[in-house]
Amino acid sequence: MSKEEELIEELKTQIIDALSLEDITPADIDADAPLFVEGLGLDSIDAIELMLLLERNYGIRIEDPKKRREVLTSVRTMAKLIESKGQVKE
Amino acid sequence: MQAYINSIGIISPQLTFDGSFLSAPIVHVESQFLMCEEPVYKEFINPVQLRRMSRILKMGLGASSICMDARSDVRPDAIVVGTGLACVSDLEKFLLSIDDNQEKMLSPIPFINSSHNTVGAQIAMMRKLTGYNMTYCHRSFSFESALLDALMLIAEGGVSNTLVGGIDEHTEGFFKIFNLLDFWRKKSVDNLSLFEGSHLGTICGEGAAFFFLEKNRQDGTLAKITDVQTFLKECDASDVKGEMDAFLGRNGLTEVDVDMFVLGRNGDSFGDGIYLDLERLLPESCGIAYYKHLCGEYMTSTSFALWLAAQMLHTQKMPDVIIKNPVSGRQLRRILIYNHHRRKEHSLILVENADL
Amino acid sequence: MARRVFITGFGIISAIGNGVEETLASLTERKSGIGQVSFLKTSLSCFPVAEIRTDSDGLARLAGIPLSPVHSRTFLLGLIAAREAVRMSGCEGLCSSMGMIGSTTVAGIDQSDRYYRNLLCGEATHKDKIPSFECADSTELIADFFGITHHVTTISTACSSSANAIMNGARMIKCGVADRMLVGGSDSLSRFSMNGFNALEILSPTGCRPFDNDRNGITPGEGAAFLVLEAEEMVGSRTVYGEVSGYSNCNEAFHQTASLPDGTGAFLSISKALQSASIEASEIDYVNAHGTGTKVNDLSEGRALKTVFGKEMPLFSSTKGYTGHPFAAAGAMEAVFSLLSINHGLVFPNLAFETKMEEVDVVPVTQLCRRPIRRVLSNSFGFGGTDTTLIFSKV
Repeated sequence: MSKEEELIEELKTQIIDALSLEDITPADIDADAPLFVEGLGLDSIDAIELMLLLERNYGIRIEDPKKRREVLTSVRTMAKLIESKGQVKE
Repeated sequence: MQAYINSIGIISPQLTFDGSFLSAPIVHVESQFLMCEEPVYKEFINPVQLRRMSRILKMGLGASSICMDARSDVRPDAIVVGTGLACVSDLEKFLLSIDDNQEKMLSPIPFINSSHNTVGAQIAMMRKLTGYNMTYCHRSFSFESALLDALMLIAEGGVSNTLVGGIDEHTEGFFKIFNLLDFWRKKSVDNLSLFEGSHLGTICGEGAAFFFLEKNRQDGTLAKITDVQTFLKECDASDVKGEMDAFLGRNGLTEVDVDMFVLGRNGDSFGDGIYLDLERLLPESCGIAYYKHLCGEYMTSTSFALWLAAQMLHTQKMPDVIIKNPVSGRQLRRILIYNHHRRKEHSLILVENADL
Repeated sequence: MARRVFITGFGIISAIGNGVEETLASLTERKSGIGQVSFLKTSLSCFPVAEIRTDSDGLARLAGIPLSPVHSRTFLLGLIAAREAVRMSGCEGLCSSMGMIGSTTVAGIDQSDRYYRNLLCGEATHKDKIPSFECADSTELIADFFGITHHVTTISTACSSSANAIMNGARMIKCGVADRMLVGGSDSLSRFSMNGFNALEILSPTGCRPFDNDRNGITPGEGAAFLVLEAEEMVGSRTVYGEVSGYSNCNEAFHQTASLPDGTGAFLSISKALQSASIEASEIDYVNAHGTGTKVNDLSEGRALKTVFGKEMPLFSSTKGYTGHPFAAAGAMEAVFSLLSINHGLVFPNLAFETKMEEVDVVPVTQLCRRPIRRVLSNSFGFGGTDTTLIFSKV
């Protein structure tokens, strides 16, 4: 598994936990599917929770709303950001 | 002012969510608290919504769904909720998280859900109900205030029906804190022996009961609510009797017109005296029932009593487990619910047979 | 024919002053109550607040009662405003025939913030503070103070709470349930709400700028306001300051915290209130908007105002640039501002406004205006999609 794929799997578990998606397993989440509206059907409160997840677990904080939207497009875009910041846990 | 109770959804410590009326074995435990027998919520609530909900929200949405589904051809024009402590578990969670995290990186979800009107709001959101939506939070007046509002809404003529509910949840934190004020028994008690002996404190309870109140009678009408009254004063049984007589009087009635009094006695020597003294002031022939040994003590417990009264009027069955003085040789036509909280907050609810 | 509901007294305390007189002076002199936090202990001190700069000791003195450790700030603020309202109405001797609807979102939060954890651990030392955690507490203490015994209750519907208390007090009088009602609300600034709105990322780092294109969130406030409502025939020769002539409440059924972006929720609320008052939109002389300063609220409220009033937009402003957002107390405070507007022929400016919102063509009043005001419409919206609109008229 590539580092990005590992990160994606790690993120899926964290997302399920942070958003209390009780009936969803990591396998149910498509790494490339849009997280909001379609896909998991998340909303603005979930977006805040996902930003908290990035801050708590990876020390990443983004203020710019446009940048936030880009990062929270899918699980893969989140993973790419973490990788680019060199925040992958060894 | 009056309204017909055309359906009820109730989640309580007894097996009530399936619509049965104390026919299943009575829940009988040895504890300091009674907790609800809950349905599988996924049957009522979308899992995406369910995920952010604390127990009180699930109970509220569950009980209101049962109630609304029983009148599925009509949509509620208004929603009125009474809750003494509302979403206390979310409030506690957020309050404690502030110091635990030094005011940093807090999850907003418990804060959002801690708003006292969340149950009413979530029902509106779930069913897309854009009508009047109100929440009363005033200790043991919460449900009565909601009932009065519903009666006024129907009397004003702007709505033909209102969904009205009483809801409170048991939480560990709430139990511990109010334990410091001697609200609860210090030792476990058999709920069915709650009225034996003289003890300080009662058994803690919880519940969610929703009523579909309508202007018009339907085939399935259970009973009708005629009046509700609250009063705030430290007083004895004779003062209560005076208020009761005035309340009945304004409805053109006297005590002999009431077939049964449902009393909020809770086995706590702090306040039981008022009920026992009051019983001595009531006519000997009237029926007397207690209910808090079945649902425990909570701020909106009169919603459980209202369910019980409506069921009794509808079925003409008076389960032995609640009866102190039986009603014999006559039809059950009129029930008066009297409850007080800490000897200070008193309430009266008049419920009648739909035929009257 | 339904009874008419008159306002015979009102009282207020907020960051812009204690009492009606101080409040009116601040409103006309553009004196905002927004500034650095000084009494509340919080690490979020970088965010401006609209704080009442008096501790519990001082508040008890203002309320004219001995300080007691069981009294929350929420209660003390409420009592100060309620005493002024009752005094103004001349109803001191008539309280036994009065009912009361109070309102709060966080109850005695200064007490729960301080003592909850210890109590949870079983420390009984501060158990006398427990009742103050309940919403009913300040209402009951105020009711006890005046000897009010019947029709006492508390509403808690987030930021529309005290607007709903006014509406339902008026409804009780119209229905003949009560003749006279003391209605309003009280909330105190707290770490709880500061942190809650910070977690939602809607605290303004600069001070709120309602309806401005560059608005960046709310400024938390605190305070209390109460009104005495009476059935027309109960008033006698006492002074009437206005009438509650219309009201409505509805739910957006959309989102727990966000309003419908197109403003249809607020539109429904405003339209229903106009209908209940049996008046046309053009008969409104001033709109006291909810205008919190968040991106979402002001846009949807602005759109709703545009839809209701079209080209005939009446003067409108949000007064939250003065008082911050006092949550449960907002509706009642703004009712007091509406009554001051009617009685003094004034429209208060929307402070900190510079640039019109890009998306909708609405511009609030930015200077104090003097002109006869007959009818004021006041909005209060809150969490859970709750929308309330009140209409006050000159009698």
